[in-house]
Amino acid sequence: MDAQQTLDHEFLDIRSRILDVASSLDRIQRADGDVSSDERMKKLRDALQIALSDDPHRAEKIQLLFSREYDEHWKDQFSMPAST
Amino acid sequence: MYYIDPHIHMVSRTTDDYETLARMGCVAISEPAFWAGFDRGSVDGFRDYFRQLTEVEPKRAAQFGIKHFTWLCINAKEAENVSLSRDVLAMIPEFLDCDNVLGIGEIGLNKNTKNEATIFQEHVELAVAHNQQILIHTPHLADKYQGTRMILDMLGDHSGVDRSRVLVDHVEEHTVKAVLDAGFWAGMTLYPVTKCTPARAVDIIEMVGAERLCVNSAGDWGPSKPTAVPDLVMEMRRRGHAESLIRKVVYDNPREFFGQSKKFELQDPAQRDGFDV
Repeated sequence: MDAQQTLDHEFLDIRSRILDVASSLDRIQRADGDVSSDERMKKLRDALQIALSDDPHRAEKIQLLFSREYDEHWKDQFSMPAST
Repeated sequence: MYYIDPHIHMVSRTTDDYETLARMGCVAISEPAFWAGFDRGSVDGFRDYFRQLTEVEPKRAAQFGIKHFTWLCINAKEAENVSLSRDVLAMIPEFLDCDNVLGIGEIGLNKNTKNEATIFQEHVELAVAHNQQILIHTPHLADKYQGTRMILDMLGDHSGVDRSRVLVDHVEEHTVKAVLDAGFWAGMTLYPVTKCTPARAVDIIEMVGAERLCVNSAGDWGPSKPTAVPDLVMEMRRRGHAESLIRKVVYDNPREFFGQSKKFELQDPAQRDGFDV
């Protein structure tokens, strides 16, 4: 499928999902209280920025944004026994 | 199209689900041992579960012409209890000679703790000592990337692990390349909310290719869809992928991976003899 065919097929689905995201953010804003300093709100904004970018690996980048960091020295922290 | 679901928890599903799978073209499944939704209190709870996996489920599946295979372990969540885990590890060899047991699984990590990592390593030792294949669960959501890298570190440290006999499951966009580049098989799980949708799984196939890549439904007691693999078949057809590529992903690849076990016997349905009229 070329880009035009893909867009033709995906357009209504993308539109629907963008509306879901927008209405969810509206719902949070309407509710009592303030979550503007909640770290998850910042991550959501950062994820939307990645989605709007031209990066060809947006999904992978967003996955990493929501992931705990990997420390290659984790075995030292756990005092793991040596493998065979 | 005939297909194999390489990861589905049928103990959590109804007999009607077996019938539906058969109607959709499923000819074989593999069912790794997993968390039942509650922590079991003793090694005997696991012994009963392993009897269900090796005695009861093969008979339920056979009613609908589906071959049932299984994997045994204590799952990553209950592995936090090291004492119970070691009791289960000591009991597993009682079942390794059962006809439908393909190996050790689904072992892995849940919250990436020291206890989980310790029991993961002990499972790997058990698998290597008994020449068993390994099926691996990677953690959920925010823990997946870190946990997958930790699992690859531990497997890479072990000189006795044959990477062609290990499948690392539940890969997504940010973990699939590390698993495949390290020489392991990879599995994508098609879930309605978490893990992969069929569309994203097809995206991944298009980006990394279909070598050593399988797809599964991981149907269980939570939000899941046991017929998710046919959904992926439909999505690949819609995008114009060749039937040979679709068959490779949903049938040939799991058959090749499982076929490394002498216990995996599955006649190709296309070669099945029968009456003619």
